[in-house]
Amino acid sequence: MSEHILSSKLYVAIWATLMVLTVITASVAFIDLGPFNTVVALVIATFKALLVVLFFMHVKYASEKLTKMVIISAIFWLLILLGLSLSDYAVRVTGHV
Amino acid sequence: MEQQRNASSLGMWIFLGTEIMFFGGMFLAYLVYRMWYYNEFAAGSRSIDVVLGTVNTAVLICSSLTVALAVRAAQMGKRRLLVTLLSLTLLFGLAFLGIKGKEWYDKFEEHHVPGPSFSAQDIIEKYPQIPIEPAPTQIYFSLYFAMTGLHALHMIIGVGIFSYITFHAWKGRYTPEYHTPVEISGLYWHFVDIVWIYLFPLLYLIDRKPLK
Repeated sequence: MSEHILSSKLYVAIWATLMVLTVITASVAFIDLGPFNTVVALVIATFKALLVVLFFMHVKYASEKLTKMVIISAIFWLLILLGLSLSDYAVRVTGHV
Repeated sequence: MEQQRNASSLGMWIFLGTEIMFFGGMFLAYLVYRMWYYNEFAAGSRSIDVVLGTVNTAVLICSSLTVALAVRAAQMGKRRLLVTLLSLTLLFGLAFLGIKGKEWYDKFEEHHVPGPSFSAQDIIEKYPQIPIEPAPTQIYFSLYFAMTGLHALHMIIGVGIFSYITFHAWKGRYTPEYHTPVEISGLYWHFVDIVWIYLFPLLYLIDRKPLK
């Protein structure tokens, strides 16, 4: 990890974006968008998580390829867990095993 | 030194990978039950204080900023700034836990804790438009307490780690050449923040739109 020191302005800008997105996600929840309420909430959450990982956790600037591989495979396994399980449970009759 | 730093950071990332699987199981349970008992989840979610939840999200984001700036201060060898930022982080972490405690206390008062004294009567009366059963409503609250509880446990561990780091920073142990502990503890703290970034919409904002 070559020591790449980011400017404090960048950190504050990321922080401000995260705060604004928090207010947006909380406000949008009170507007009726039908099924898209959940979609919007998850898209905003994922964008926030991405900002934290890339900038606060320095993945964008100063990571070894090996580190990136670990992160991507961790997310990949999580998607297998959620995806394969839901492909079963989502098509069962509601509330019954 | 550089290789040591890389190895430490990689080790922390692998640990965080196992943490993703740890929380992942709970998120899966949440998703399945939410599909099956959507009404109960929607009504249960309405009973939680959304203002406290939003404030807590903001508190955690502020703590992530102070952590990111603390790592930067360590990289530049500014000891005084480092100690200040780490202390602020501890303060934000404790504030989060305090607000969380207030929320849990309210739930105890309202008999929303799963168990023999559980009652969803107030929710049923408050939202007559949403047809719910008490038993699956308990599932929502079980998941609420399990997920926020596991997250709070991570916060408590994080506060412990950062107390240790702050003490050693105050002692002047970290320099631009050696500050790996600050950096990898920071990774852990940001990870716990990310978990909350998902918990907040999933638990608090399931269904807040005006009822017809």
